[in-house]
Amino acid sequence: MTPRKTRWFGVREPLPARHRVWLTALAFILPLALWCAISYIPFLWHPLVLVHDPGDTSVKGSHDYLSQGQLVEREVFEQRNEFLRAAGAKLATGARANPIYLSAPHEVAQAFYTAFTTPPERRGDYWLHESLWHSCQIIFWGFFYAALFGLPLGVLCGTFSLCSRLFEPFVDFVRYMPAPVFGALAVAVFGLADEPKITIIFIGTFFQMVLVVANTTRQVDPALLHAAQTLGANNRQLLRHVVIPGAVPHLYRDMRILIGWAWTYLVVAELIGEKSGISAFIYQQQRYRHFDNVYASIIMIGFIGLFCDQMLAWVGRYLFPWESGNTGLAQLAARVRSWFGPPRAALEDAPEGST
Amino acid sequence: MTLNDQLDLPDYKHHTEAVQARIDELSAREVVLDTQDLGRRFDSQKGPVDALVGINIEVRKREFVSVIGPSGCGKSTLIRIVAGLDLPSTGQVRIDGSPVEGPGADRGMVFQGYTLFPWLTVKKNVMFGMKMKGLKSKTAEASALHWLDLVGLAKFADHFPSQLSGGMKQRVAIARSLANEPRILLMDEPFGALDAQTRASMQHHLLKIWESVDVTILFITHDLDEAIYLSDRIIVLGAHPGRVLEVIDVPVARPRSQEQSLTGHFLATKRRLETLIHGTGGSAATHAA
Repeated sequence: MTPRKTRWFGVREPLPARHRVWLTALAFILPLALWCAISYIPFLWHPLVLVHDPGDTSVKGSHDYLSQGQLVEREVFEQRNEFLRAAGAKLATGARANPIYLSAPHEVAQAFYTAFTTPPERRGDYWLHESLWHSCQIIFWGFFYAALFGLPLGVLCGTFSLCSRLFEPFVDFVRYMPAPVFGALAVAVFGLADEPKITIIFIGTFFQMVLVVANTTRQVDPALLHAAQTLGANNRQLLRHVVIPGAVPHLYRDMRILIGWAWTYLVVAELIGEKSGISAFIYQQQRYRHFDNVYASIIMIGFIGLFCDQMLAWVGRYLFPWESGNTGLAQLAARVRSWFGPPRAALEDAPEGST
Repeated sequence: MTLNDQLDLPDYKHHTEAVQARIDELSAREVVLDTQDLGRRFDSQKGPVDALVGINIEVRKREFVSVIGPSGCGKSTLIRIVAGLDLPSTGQVRIDGSPVEGPGADRGMVFQGYTLFPWLTVKKNVMFGMKMKGLKSKTAEASALHWLDLVGLAKFADHFPSQLSGGMKQRVAIARSLANEPRILLMDEPFGALDAQTRASMQHHLLKIWESVDVTILFITHDLDEAIYLSDRIIVLGAHPGRVLEVIDVPVARPRSQEQSLTGHFLATKRRLETLIHGTGGSAATHAA
């Protein structure tokens, strides 16, 4: 049997597994290749000229300010050389170059290492790893408080119409106010340290979270609620044994998306009050025109985000075995239980939290 | 002229001695469920619509009663009201003589859609009602395994519902309801989503369970054969407004088997049901209404 010819543009048709891996790789390789092409192939873009030798600087007139190591527009460089040629003087030499803000891939790759090993330029500034760690803490606490209040409130709004009517309109109203506008207020109330930053992350995620969680909670199949009612569940039991377990896997997915939002607000949060964290590092490197470090830091944020999300996805597969079919955690729980006390019926190994 | 008209069928109201004896015995039993002048009115954009009017039904202990009718006759509304998931506009539902308010464990229900809790294993699904009542885990677990054994799914106690077929899910749902020891088991087209073969085996299975367990069943269906095969009595509803057209004592002897669907009493009952529901099935004039 010959495999069916791959239809590359089949509407909503899955691609064969053997193509998926290299396509995913290509998703990253293509932008990287484009970056390399622009950086290393001189005639593609390179709008500037890096002056190696300014030529005869004693000839005054037309662009006589050229000096060694300067980046000038190509047109300027050519006009200067024409002028020098007409004067019969020594010509300027140089090589085509990209603007300083476009670092080449190898420079950024190097910066990944050197950014960590280069001491801060000024005393009191932070090392990169300190900045990153600080950012992670801000994100964690901002998101922690948002979830601490947002999850219960959202679940209540999604469960009881009373809560929904009472809270959601106002939450929806505040949601439209961009979190950064509260920056000045947060500094006035909480001072210059980390509290106002955590507050911005909180404001940025909390209000969205309440609405998202409420909606997800409302998605729980009403037939399950009816079934539970005919099995004698009272109001409190419905919430605890049907609404919450029914919504939890979806809420977990929502949280993964909302953490991404928290990262979006991080940059604003870190630039208010006393600049801090990875944003301060990027801001500072940009001022020193270390664009390779800037790129390295931005890519690092991407990696941290991707890593966290994949970790959470991986943990999720163990947490919700009825969706993933992964009963690893349940088996572990059964084993742990067997260490304490006599073994119960071998069937008592459903996942934790499902009783 | 249809084939049915050419057949020489007995009157559906004619009962053999054995059947008549069962009917007499049943009618002497205590009433588990009854409704009194039950009505349900919905407000639509075109004004109020009467889904049910003047419904008076009785279901006696360990009786198997079906409710059948064309779509829109309000049979699902009726069972939802009995379950307490919907409120009547007039009248009331009584269990053992006391009116019901809202859903409760005394009226177990099996739904047409699959309503097992996907996050619980099969066993924990069956334990659900008992846990809500505050039973100890061990007691509930032993009981759950017993009920799972009864529906033939003890082997699947630790599976998640997503790992079961449709028929198996419904068997677990039946076990889950029965484990609660309800006064009456309400079944709302429980086999409606199953394929014909699974359906037939589920019907057989349900009768076996009903025979071995002390349970009264009120069964909603739109399948005539299913209603006749399973029931002692069939309540026929008409639409617009939903009302009781006739209550038929099924003249087919027990124990039932699928082969009985070719007997005269079965066919006569089916023809009567067709007449009532579709207005077809031969001349109604041959039967006294």
